[in-house]
Amino acid sequence: MNNTLMSAVRAGVARGQRELKHTFTNPQDLWTYFFPALALLITMFFMRGATVPGTSFSLGSRTLPSALGMGIAFGGLVTIAASLTIEREDGTLLRAKAVPNGMLGYLIGKIVTVTGITLLSLAIQLIPATFLLDGLSLSGWHTWFTLIWVVLLGLVATMPIGAIFGSMLSNPQNMGLIMLPIMGLIATSGIFYPITNFPTWLQWVAQVFPIYWLGLGMRSALLPDSMAAVEFGGSWRHLETVGVLGAWAAFGLIVAPIVLRRMARRESGSAVEARRTRAMQRVR
Amino acid sequence: MTDSQYALEVTDLRMRYGTTDVLRGVTFTASPGEVVALLGPNGAGKTTTIEILEGFRMRSAGDVRVLGVDPARGSEDWRARLGIVLQSWRDHGKWRVGELLAHLRMYYTAYASKERPVWDTDELIATVGLTEHAAKRVSQLSGGQRRRLDVAIGIVGRPELLFLDEPTAGFDPHARREFHELVHRLSDIDQTTILLTTHDLDEAEKLADRILILAGGTIIADGSADELARRIPSAAEVRWSVDGERFVHSAEDATEFVHKLLDQHGSAVTHLEVRRASLEDTYMALVVAHESGQTTSLPSAFEKVPA
Repeated sequence: MNNTLMSAVRAGVARGQRELKHTFTNPQDLWTYFFPALALLITMFFMRGATVPGTSFSLGSRTLPSALGMGIAFGGLVTIAASLTIEREDGTLLRAKAVPNGMLGYLIGKIVTVTGITLLSLAIQLIPATFLLDGLSLSGWHTWFTLIWVVLLGLVATMPIGAIFGSMLSNPQNMGLIMLPIMGLIATSGIFYPITNFPTWLQWVAQVFPIYWLGLGMRSALLPDSMAAVEFGGSWRHLETVGVLGAWAAFGLIVAPIVLRRMARRESGSAVEARRTRAMQRVR
Repeated sequence: MTDSQYALEVTDLRMRYGTTDVLRGVTFTASPGEVVALLGPNGAGKTTTIEILEGFRMRSAGDVRVLGVDPARGSEDWRARLGIVLQSWRDHGKWRVGELLAHLRMYYTAYASKERPVWDTDELIATVGLTEHAAKRVSQLSGGQRRRLDVAIGIVGRPELLFLDEPTAGFDPHARREFHELVHRLSDIDQTTILLTTHDLDEAEKLADRILILAGGTIIADGSADELARRIPSAAEVRWSVDGERFVHSAEDATEFVHKLLDQHGSAVTHLEVRRASLEDTYMALVVAHESGQTTSLPSAFEKVPA
């Protein structure tokens, strides 16, 4: 790699670190870190005493890893999509375009930032939960090895898809268009309740999308092996997890650059100005 | 690297959106170190022209060379030689002023040469007068401060060519004066070619070596403020005093009038002033004439005006 690209890569990594630092300095971003942890703890509180159907295992302890998996998908899809639409509107992307290799730096920065935010959110939820929940299996290399590959593969599978969504939405107010289907998927992906009792067609729908597999992967990392019994086929299905998440990753990594390039090509001063005028009309 | 003697060379540039012709054959050049102001009514195609030159928009037809390179095929190396200052940037609001400038500077360091070193961050912040705001968040800057930061970002890589889109909109007179000094410094010391758009004709007259007026998708005038003023047969204003009495006269040919005046009254004439038509008068005359379809009766934009 030549000098100029190297300096853009370095700038991108530095950019990601700066942006991550900025998220600790304003109440809105801090709320985004701690709200899910708070919501999760409250959910656990109301689930106390409930057990996974057919077992004596705590439903709360089963929900935690599933919710962590959902958090990764959410971070990869929504955080990327939202920042792309917002930063297209305020001109950050145009700025990146005006600077040599700026788009490369921007994308690397975004990946670093979102990975950082997602990992921190994960830690903020996991650490207190380990003190409050029984039955989690946290010792042994197996736990951490699985956790790491599931998290990384999950990010690679979801971030490009989030980038595709973010490139296609031109108005940050339309984020609802992607939030609704994601909410729907979360409801059907066995995050808060096992899907083994759902209608067969719904089970198939859930298993097409990454959220189910992220939940399953995180359960396989953090729950005792005996809990695999209540999953489909009585197994953690690691091979299938890698297959489905890998397929999404491949799809995203092929399509996202095309969509991103098309979106970036259309950025210009007048495009930003037009969106600004529209935004002003919204606020009035 | 560059086989052209011009920093900007635009020949018969055309742009069509659907069935609407926005640019109908724009032709002009700019030499290295020259400051060129692009004026014109809203909707005349200024933004479209600049965006094509910046490589942000594809053209329909015509030949365009920016620093010797076709902007539609401009590489990142080429981009490193440009500086772009737009109007609508509200980006990086969470970043601190010095932090953002130091960050964006990183992209240029690999392109720097001995002749064109990248700016030192602190020095540049001082140059645009933001030293006391360097630790502020970008979102806390006033409109004028924000524009000065945009200018700093635009020039941090010491570009050979700088695009300034209405750079002083929202500046107070003091900030405007300082900005004008910065522009002179960039063109004089760094030999930066500058293409700027503005609605402030006084500013265009002060800053630009050459003025282009774009109307109806073509360049209807190209020359220094002086040359343009002489092209229009507009009256100059002559003021003088004779025996303590003030006189004002509007003369088509001020020189001839003053000759006669002095022949007649000799040394009795005091406080003599001749005010040439301002760029604003010239601009209005040219644009109004163009809009009422009289362009053919005006000398062509490239014809040398007889002195």
